[in-house]
Parts: sequence; C-alpha cells; structure tokens
Amino acid sequence: MFKYLLPVILFFVLCGFLFVGLYKDPSKVDSPLIGKHVPIFSLPKLMNKEEVFSEKEFFGKVSLLNVWGTWCFACKQEHPVLLELAKQNIAPIYGLNYKDDSVQAKTYLRDFGNPFAGNASDLEGRVAIDWGVYGAPETFVIDKKGIIRHKHIGPLTMKDLQEEIIPLIKQLKNEAS
Amino acid sequence: MKHLKLYRIILYLCIVFTTQVSLSAPLKVAPEYEDRYHALLNELRCLVCQNQTIAESDSELANDLRVEVNKMLNQGASDDEIIDFMANRYGDFVLYKPLVQPKTYLLWFGPFLFLALVLLLVLMFLKKNRPVSKAELTDDEKQKLSSILKEPKD
Repeated sequence: MFKYLLPVILFFVLCGFLFVGLYKDPSKVDSPLIGKHVPIFSLPKLMNKEEVFSEKEFFGKVSLLNVWGTWCFACKQEHPVLLELAKQNIAPIYGLNYKDDSVQAKTYLRDFGNPFAGNASDLEGRVAIDWGVYGAPETFVIDKKGIIRHKHIGPLTMKDLQEEIIPLIKQLKNEAS
Repeated sequence: MKHLKLYRIILYLCIVFTTQVSLSAPLKVAPEYEDRYHALLNELRCLVCQNQTIAESDSELANDLRVEVNKMLNQGASDDEIIDFMANRYGDFVLYKPLVQPKTYLLWFGPFLFLALVLLLVLMFLKKNRPVSKAELTDDEKQKLSSILKEPKD
C-alpha cells in the first residue's frame, strides 16, 4: 500500500515547496549585516561638507538609516511615510544620500520637507557597498549598541511603519543599552 | 578643399570611435590581473538584475562593484578575500558557486545522494525480478515430458 502512496506523498511535498516559493519575493535578499555592527565609515554631511558623518552617530540610541536619492522614484513615493515617522519623534532617521547631486538633494528636502536628523553624502556609492545596498530606498533599523537589527528593502508604506517598524523601534528602545 | 573634407570625415570617425571605446571599456585592468578579474566577475551575481553576473550587468551597482574588484586586485587581495568581501555585504546569494558549508551540503551532495538512492532501487528491482532458478524435474515428470514430445503430430 505504502509503495503506491509514496509518489503521491512526494508530489504533495513538492507542491508545498512550490507554494511557499510563490510568496517569496526574489528581489528581497536577506542582508548578512543583520545582527552585526554598523560598518565603519566617514562621509561629509549633506548640509555642511566640512562636518563628518560617521558610524558614531548610531551609538547610544535607537535610530534608522534610510538610503535615498532624488533620482530614485520609489524614494519620492516613500517620502511622506518618512515624514510621518519623523513627526512621531520616536527615533532619529538618518539619511544616506546615495549617488546624488548635493544641490538637488538640498532643494528636494527644502521643497518636500526634511524627515532626517542628519544626512551623509555618499557621492560615489562606496559606503553604500559596505552597507550592502543594492537598490534605493533601503531602510535599516539600528539598536542602541549600533547593531543593525532590521533591513527593509524598497519603499516603506504606512502599513510597514505601523506593523513592522514602529513596534520594532519600541521593542529596541526597551532593551538595555 | 578636397583635403579639408577628408580631414573632416576622419575627425568625425575619431569622435565616433572614441565615444564607443569609452562606453564599452570604462575600466582599465592591469594585464596581470585580467584573467582573475574576469573570472571573479563571472562568479558574482548582480543583485539589481539577479540573473546576471556583475560581468554582464549594465546596472550602476554592477559597475561600482567592478571598480571595487579591480581596486582590491590592485591592492593585492586574494580571490577568496574578494569573494568574502562580497558575501559579507550582499549575502551568500551573490555567489554563483555556493560555499561548501552545512547549509549547502544538500545542494552539493544531494545529486550524489539521489544517484546512490536510484542505484539502490535499481539493484533491488533487479534482485526481485531475477529469473526463477531452474527447478530439477523429477523422474516422473521427465518421463511425462518425453512422452508428450514423442507424441506424433498430425
């Protein structure tokens, strides 16, 4: 009896794998940086090139890093969500202005609002490589110790904010530093 | 006058030629690294256009990564160091040749496992269907057989 059932069972196991596969987005690749310290870097600030933005900004508080550029359409789509998060004032959002024109970036923030507590200007995209960035926008959630705890690839939606990002920020804020 | 025209044509050709060169070969790779450079690029996946290697892809990220690989080669990095550099940032997914580690044992050795399994099944099948051993006829049966064979056919 088992002999005849075996192919049927195997068939359904295969179906199970394929079914799970249907709901996986191949453009979202888990970052190996999760659970690791933020990469060491040093870049000029967007608003003032004389000042340095480094990994030290992320120590001692829960914060976010958003990778964006004015050339990036999905970033514009995401912008109101970032403004909403900034308004809630629960964690600073830092920006990595990725391969952008600094003048355009500043104009953009002035015109559409600035959700960022600070911006690093990565003109060449070299620091973005260290962060494993492969498509803007990307958002990292970083804990008090400066460890990357979460990475969101693609534009954040209000739903992501309510269901994923804000609960995570609250949880991380409760952790001992 | 004729000369001028010719010069002009040559000049235009020069412009066309140079722009083409600057598009297709944006990177100067030292000849001693060239083989390793191309081998490495063909082993790394471009995450923007996932089914292309960073050698094939035209995306900006692939271009940046080519620059990075070239830079690391110039700094004397080994192939493994460069592969690790990429995997540490973009994950093992970027490696077209996956590392041999517990997580990938099934991937590497699975086919051999299946081969062994199939061979085992084939052996079992052959054993089961082996022709039945010839049973010896009893004297009684032999007599009966010969009498049947001797029976005249009409």
